[in-house]
Formats: sequence, structure tokens, C-alpha cells
Amino acid sequence: MNWNAIKAIYRFEMARTFRTLLQSIISPVLSTSLYFIVFGAAIGSRIDQVEGVSYGAFIVPGLIMLTVLTQATSNASFGIYFPKFIGTVYELLSAPISFIEIVIGYVGAAATKAFMIGMIIFVTAHFFVDLEIAHPVWMMVFLVMTCLSFALLGFIIGIWAGNFEQLQLVPLLVITPLVFLGGSFYSISMLPPVWQTITLFNPVVYLISGFRWAFFDVADVSLVWSVVAILGFMGACLAAIGWIFRTGWRLRS
Amino acid sequence: MGDILTVEGLTKTYAGGHQALKKVDLSINEGEILALLGPNGAGKTTLISIICGISTATSGTITVGGFDHARDFRAARDLIGLVPQEINLEPFETVMNSVRFSRGLFGKPKDDARIEEILKLLSLHDKKDSRIMTLSGGMKRRVLIAKALCHEPRILFLDEPTAGVDVELRKDMWEIVARLKETGVTVILTTHYIEEAEAMADRIGVISNGEILLIEEKDALIKRLGQKELFIELSEQIETVPAGLNADGLRVENGGLVYAYDTQGDSTGITGLLADLREAGLQLVDLSTRQSSLEDIFVDLVKEDAQ
Repeated sequence: MNWNAIKAIYRFEMARTFRTLLQSIISPVLSTSLYFIVFGAAIGSRIDQVEGVSYGAFIVPGLIMLTVLTQATSNASFGIYFPKFIGTVYELLSAPISFIEIVIGYVGAAATKAFMIGMIIFVTAHFFVDLEIAHPVWMMVFLVMTCLSFALLGFIIGIWAGNFEQLQLVPLLVITPLVFLGGSFYSISMLPPVWQTITLFNPVVYLISGFRWAFFDVADVSLVWSVVAILGFMGACLAAIGWIFRTGWRLRS
Repeated sequence: MGDILTVEGLTKTYAGGHQALKKVDLSINEGEILALLGPNGAGKTTLISIICGISTATSGTITVGGFDHARDFRAARDLIGLVPQEINLEPFETVMNSVRFSRGLFGKPKDDARIEEILKLLSLHDKKDSRIMTLSGGMKRRVLIAKALCHEPRILFLDEPTAGVDVELRKDMWEIVARLKETGVTVILTTHYIEEAEAMADRIGVISNGEILLIEEKDALIKRLGQKELFIELSEQIETVPAGLNADGLRVENGGLVYAYDTQGDSTGITGLLADLREAGLQLVDLSTRQSSLEDIFVDLVKEDAQ
């Protein structure tokens, strides 16, 4: 294992995060604060409680997930797509490293960044609502697993994408709707029965439910299913990356 | 000195069926400068890309410094530095950070002093904290070289280092390559400028249509294939080769005679020709000779290959 290479990629990617501080950290925090004001303070004041939790607090896990999922995906996809776009990918391909180092470097950096943003939002949330975490360790486990698995997904998208439009396509058309419809702002039990069943096909439901359980000890689906879902998703991403690694798909001609 | 790089039976067929390389064999001596000369689309970049790990070969083996290029890819690639044809650089990074990144990728521990030495060698030191996008085209090419050299490779590939570069920068590049040779680095460069190969290389390989047509010492190549032509200006212009002269190698051009001969042959036939001319009663006004350049050789080879 070429640890210096992993370190180099990781540092390089993190340096980009800090160079574009406004875009990469401040803007997600700002948009989340706006959600708090609109959904938590304005609309939330009309909603009493959901599952015994005040509405303002109820949406916190969903808001963190919303941002973490999109950030992990878009950071990782951009991280590997950009070298392809400007041509510097030749260096990654000619270096004495295997695909494993490339994945650890890029996915690790994207996951770190998403995790940082998630934690910043978590801290920001305390300014708006009172939060007590029921299962802090599980909260961390869910957050880290989500960051990692969606950074893996982003990496795959970045390898696949042939232009900037395709790069935006999946986060915009797939992930955002899934997160919004995955119970970020409501409990699934608030939906009509038909929609409750349909919603269960949305993998993000299991993530948000598990994450919310870690916060408030209430969940839409059982914890086991949440853990299975995130492990299954991660496994699927790793399998896809393994296949890309073996075939050199879209990387080596 | 021994071989530092050997390529055996390397072929590359693209998915569309285009055969970019046809059983290429090549061995590179340590410390030499080899120029691969060939027209566009000859397979130069494909060959380099495969050796450097950017493309995969369809078949064939590559050994770098004794390491199998596929099995021991880490050890093999460690010995190689690549300067690509296109200026592929991260525009927002500083020179120093960009080179640091390359060194790290190749698994080398951080060593800014070493990097600064390389930047000095390339006259880039005063630009080390500049962002790459603020540099001129020539400077950017040097950054690419610095990135390729920063892990201290023993073989450096330069893919068309002077394509689209002005005359002055080209001379600069030649000087840099000469300096690198002094440090013991083996250099393999591709070019379609003959004068470049002539100016820099120890050996020259000619590649066309995915095949290496020949590979030889530069001087020997020019000598071996070097035909000379003798121009004979006559007092009276002629239109056909006069009767009584041996027509072999002789032709009429601008009313005079041109005699092509091989400088390496057992006998050039000049003495006989001059005697024949006197016999035929032709009056000579002037004589001059011209040695064919590498360009002529190259054009001849590629033409033959195309037929």
C-alpha cells in the first residue's frame, strides 16, 4: 500500500475544500439555516409535535442527512471527474498506485468534508432548537457510514460522467428527490397508506429513520433494516468500484 | 550499459478494430536519449501511454529496470516519469503544491529541498509560489517536467515536448534534455520534427503505422542511409543522358547531370563517371555535392512503408 500517495491525494483534495471555503462549507450551512427558519421556526410553529418530538428538532436529522448525502456525492464525483476533465488523471494512472489508493484518497477526502459539514450543521442546529441525543455513538456510526457510502457513489458517478451535465444529473435528479421524499421533513406515518408502502422502496428512508432513531429513539422502520440498508448500499458501491478497478472502465483505454 | 527498458511483441488493438501498435519490439539503453520519430497517428503516444500505464496493451511484455510492467507495476512505474503532450495541469494550484502532489503520488516522502533543486534545474524556482494559471506556456511545460522528475525517475518520457512551442522555447527544451542526460536520466522523446531528433538524440527510431521501421544510432543512420548526390553543371545544356554514359544513378536536372551514389559503397563510381564524361566530350563548368538529411531518410522510409 502506497500510504504517501493516499496522503497526497487526501491533502490535495482537502486543500481544495479550504481554498473554496465559501462554496464548500459556508453555503451548505447557510442553506440549512434557511431551512430551519422556514420549516422549523415559521411553519414548525404551527405543527405541534411529531412522534413526541418538537417539529423543529424532528427535522434536524433529516436536514443533516439531506446535506451530507448531496455533499458526499457531489464532492467525490467532482474530485475524480475534475482530473479527468483537465487531463491530470494521467498522473494517477501512471503513478505506482493501485485503484485502492485512488479510492481511499478521493472517497476519504469527500467523506471527511461531508462529515465536517454534517457536524457544522449539527452544531448550528443547537442555536435553533434544544437537542438531546439518545444514542450518540450510533449517531456517529450512521453519519460516518452515510458519508462513506455516498462518497463511494459519488466516486462512481465521477468515473462514469463524460461531461458536467452528467456529473450533476444523479445528485440533482435522483438523490435530492429521494432525500426529500425519504422523510427529511415528516414522519412516514403522516403519509396515506399507499404512499407509506411506496416510500419503503426509497433507500434513503432507512438512513434517515436510523439516524433519527439515534437522535430521539423514534424510528419509521426498525433499526436492523436501517443498518442492513446502509451496509447493503455500501456493499453495492464497493462491488461496482471493484468492477471498475478490474476493467479500467472509463479510465484506461 | 545495459537495457533499462525492453518492450517485446507489444500490440494494441482498439475496440473499434484499429490496430495502433503491431508487435513492437524496443530496447532502451540506460542513459541514452532516444528519439521516436513518426508522423501523426503513427502510434508514438499509444506506445508511451502503454509503457507508462495509462493505456493497457492487447498483448506483449514490458520490462522496466528488470521489473515486469504488469506484475511488479509499482516497482516498474517508480522508475518512470512522464511528461505528457498536452499541458494537463491543475490551474488553481501553486507550482510547489502541484509538484509536491506528484512526488507524494509516487510514494516518496515529502522533501521540499529536493523539489526546489529540481525547480532550480528547470529555472522555475522563482515561480514556485505562483499559481499555475498565471504562468506562460513554456513555464507550464517546465512544471510538467518538474512533476515528472520530482520522484527521481531513471527514465523520462517526453511526449512531443516541443509541439506548438516557439523556436526559442524549443532550443530551451533541448538544453534541458541535455542537462538531464548529464544527471544520468534516460530520455525517450517523441517528435515529428526531424531537426529535434537530430539535435538531441543518441539513437533514433522511426515509427509509422504502428510499427518500428528501424532504430539505430543517429550518426550511423545518417551515414548508412546517407546518399550523396553529385551535381554536374555542363557548359552546354542537355536534355537526355548522353549516349556512352552508364545511366545507373544518373539523371538530367535543369540541363545538368545529377549522379546519386552511396558514400558507404565499395566504390562510389565517381572516377569512372568523370572518365566517361571526358570520353563523351562533355565540358564541366562546376561540381557540387549534397548529403541527404535525416528528413529525406525519414520521408523515404515512411513512403516505402505506405506502399
